[in-house]
Amino acid sequence: MAEHSLGAHEETRRDFLYVATGAVAAVGAACAAWPFIAQMNPSADVLALSSTEVDISPVQVGQQITVKWRGKPVFIRHRTEQDIAEARAVPLEDLKDPQTDEERVERPEWLIMVGVCTHLGCIPLADAGDFDGWFCPCHGSHYDSSGRIRKGPAPENLTIPGYAFTDDTTVVVG
Amino acid sequence: MERLLNIGLVRWFDNRLPILSFTNEHLMVYPAPRNLNYAWNFGSLAGLALVIQIVTGIVLAMHYTPHTEMAFDSVERIMRDVNYGWLIRYMHSNGASFFFIVVYLHVFRGLYYGSYKAPREVLWWIGLVILLAMMGTAFMGYVLPWGQMSFWGATVITNLFSAIPIIGVPIVEWLWGGFAVDNPTLNRFYSLHYLLPFAIVGLVVLHMWALHHKKSNNPLGIDYKGPQDFIPFHPYYTIKDAVGVGVFLILLSIFLFYAPNYMGHPDNYIPADPLKTPAHIVPEWYFLPFYAILRAVPDIWFIPAKLAGVIGMGLSIGILFLLPWLDTSRIRSATFRPVFKWFYWFMVLDMMVLGYVGAQPAEGVWIVIGRIATSYYFLHFLILLPLIGWFEKPRALPDSIAKPVLSGGPGVAASAAQDKA
Amino acid sequence: MNRFIPAILALFLAMPTAALASGDGQEAPAQHPWSWNGIFGTYDREQLQGGLEVFLAQCINCHGLKYIHFRDLVQIGLSEDQAKALAEGFDVAGDPDEWGDPTTRPAALFDGFPDPYRNNTEAAALNNGAVPPDLSLMVKARPDGSNYILSLLTDEDYNEGNPDDDGLYPNHYFSSGAIAMAPPLFEGLVQDHDGNDVSVEEMAVNVTAFLTWAAEPKLEDRKGMGLKVLLFLLVLTGLLYVCKRKIWADVAH
Repeated sequence: MAEHSLGAHEETRRDFLYVATGAVAAVGAACAAWPFIAQMNPSADVLALSSTEVDISPVQVGQQITVKWRGKPVFIRHRTEQDIAEARAVPLEDLKDPQTDEERVERPEWLIMVGVCTHLGCIPLADAGDFDGWFCPCHGSHYDSSGRIRKGPAPENLTIPGYAFTDDTTVVVG
Repeated sequence: MERLLNIGLVRWFDNRLPILSFTNEHLMVYPAPRNLNYAWNFGSLAGLALVIQIVTGIVLAMHYTPHTEMAFDSVERIMRDVNYGWLIRYMHSNGASFFFIVVYLHVFRGLYYGSYKAPREVLWWIGLVILLAMMGTAFMGYVLPWGQMSFWGATVITNLFSAIPIIGVPIVEWLWGGFAVDNPTLNRFYSLHYLLPFAIVGLVVLHMWALHHKKSNNPLGIDYKGPQDFIPFHPYYTIKDAVGVGVFLILLSIFLFYAPNYMGHPDNYIPADPLKTPAHIVPEWYFLPFYAILRAVPDIWFIPAKLAGVIGMGLSIGILFLLPWLDTSRIRSATFRPVFKWFYWFMVLDMMVLGYVGAQPAEGVWIVIGRIATSYYFLHFLILLPLIGWFEKPRALPDSIAKPVLSGGPGVAASAAQDKA
Repeated sequence: MNRFIPAILALFLAMPTAALASGDGQEAPAQHPWSWNGIFGTYDREQLQGGLEVFLAQCINCHGLKYIHFRDLVQIGLSEDQAKALAEGFDVAGDPDEWGDPTTRPAALFDGFPDPYRNNTEAAALNNGAVPPDLSLMVKARPDGSNYILSLLTDEDYNEGNPDDDGLYPNHYFSSGAIAMAPPLFEGLVQDHDGNDVSVEEMAVNVTAFLTWAAEPKLEDRKGMGLKVLLFLLVLTGLLYVCKRKIWADVAH
């Protein structure tokens, strides 16, 4: 009986038909598979919550509020002149994760950062620790008045999310 | 495949877990009758439909919430916000209908060509059990969107069990997990709807095993005489099944993309309201013939109509288990049974009538037609089939599968030579 | 066997219509040539925006549209700012205040249209015992939904506005023949760009189009993908069939 095998590599017109059909089928299969993969991506309602608008007018100088953004806490602190001066006086060599205060804020009086410790994810406590900033009680990480890691096991400074001021009293996070 | 099995590493593995040689034996060199027509495509299409339902179902389960307060909303979220959610949902709902279409056609193929006869009785039984499992799965699946038809269809059908004397009501409350269809019912239906398809996969494995043990029937209905009657499954039936898959996907796509709600009921886009019954409660189309039988049966002697209807509906599939013996003819294929052939098509027509009646309100002329069609259904299987088998004079059977097709050609010469031997 | 397939197919396709034929004997709605009909159907954004205007002018006072979020209105041609401004005109439940008391806040893009009533009891109390249903899915919840809604709204006898003794308004298309809702559309409800009143017929067409979109926002994606998928499958099936004929060419069967 003649040997029929799909995808044999003899260059006959008949085999080109099989290869072409196989290729078309493979492309179709890939296209058909795509929706099943894409459906796991964030859906439209989740994406709609990917940025949060915050009214910062009630936040007094020296006060901090915490808002929820993408399921995580974000600290918005209205810093005092002292906080800012202290943060800017720190030499970069002292920092485990060197970053200037200017790099971390758009407007110096507003410090906006994700309130999740970069060590293992606990939420640091405000106005605590040895550096006039935040202290994480889980494993003892100390952050300064710019949210930078100064002492303890955390490897990085508290993350700065993308944000933009739409006016003086409103900031959009994310 | 031979080249693959010649590679040392592959042979080492296959020697310990023979996946490749098993595939070769049962999907490639496996002998299939050379004369199968396209009616034999529906088995593989049913397998494809099962895979489509499982894959789309598992993906939908990532987004669905089985709580009465949230189920309907979660489905709308799938339709509007989940990426391609609408596509996967419509694939699942239309896929279910298409699963039943191909399975019914597969069953009707079996009825026409006598595939249920010896030695394939157990194959037939496993197929019937698969059908019952499919019906249970589909019934529970339809409840999940928690629309008006979901709720009221569940209420009507689960209430049927109360027809059982003495233990009926406790059974129903056990099924419901309460005193009416409510959240406990929805949750357990979700669990079982996820489970049953995998039981169906197991049953399909048994079904294939039984099939391969005795080999396929064929349109002539005669036993194979020798290897000349067969051709290897690959490439002949792999490519032919692929053509069937193409046609299946085209038809499914027409409904899925252009008429996705045609086979459904608009009332299921209304959230379930336990205090408001829809004007006409109708099951999905694939249950309509059985629904017609359920409603057709009146009080019989001391058995109230409600219980008699349940028994009738159960027997409508139950008697099919006895079909290999009810059909007394030694001839399998309707091709050679001129009398049976007419009665076969009349039976098909009767089932279509039952389906139509199932969708009508149980009033007036529909009750009469329903009762006539139900009586005829049982008459066909219980009375007519045995009689036709005894009294029919069948046409002459061909000598072999290969003989009628021997008309020259290179591949045929070898078969002809073997035939003479 | 093959001769019977067309007959069987015809009977099979009749069954769903049989299932739907159990309507309550009201008049069948007129068939309107909607822009989304057919294989190449799409929505008309002008119609959808006109319909939104009608909805906001009248329907929203009693009916919910909970499955449409304000962000979805971008799909019918509003800019994000316009959708946001529209949203801010509505109040939704906010977080509790410092004492735990409920507050309200302006709606945002991620909110759905808020319900006009606090609950069904209030809805019924203010509407003669009938609860105005949410309209997000109304077009899919009725057989031939778009035509049904258009016919119901433009029924001439209905628009006379004469209730019967039960306070219901006769309507040839509504299931029970009389609907609790007073005819909602009248000239003067909305104006077009030139300041002229839009006719009842045009408002009905627009709001029906809007409600169809609300029930099926993915219609255009669906039909567009359908065309590509079907063309692809026709090509692939054709190729597979040619392969089949070639492979089977030398086998007697």
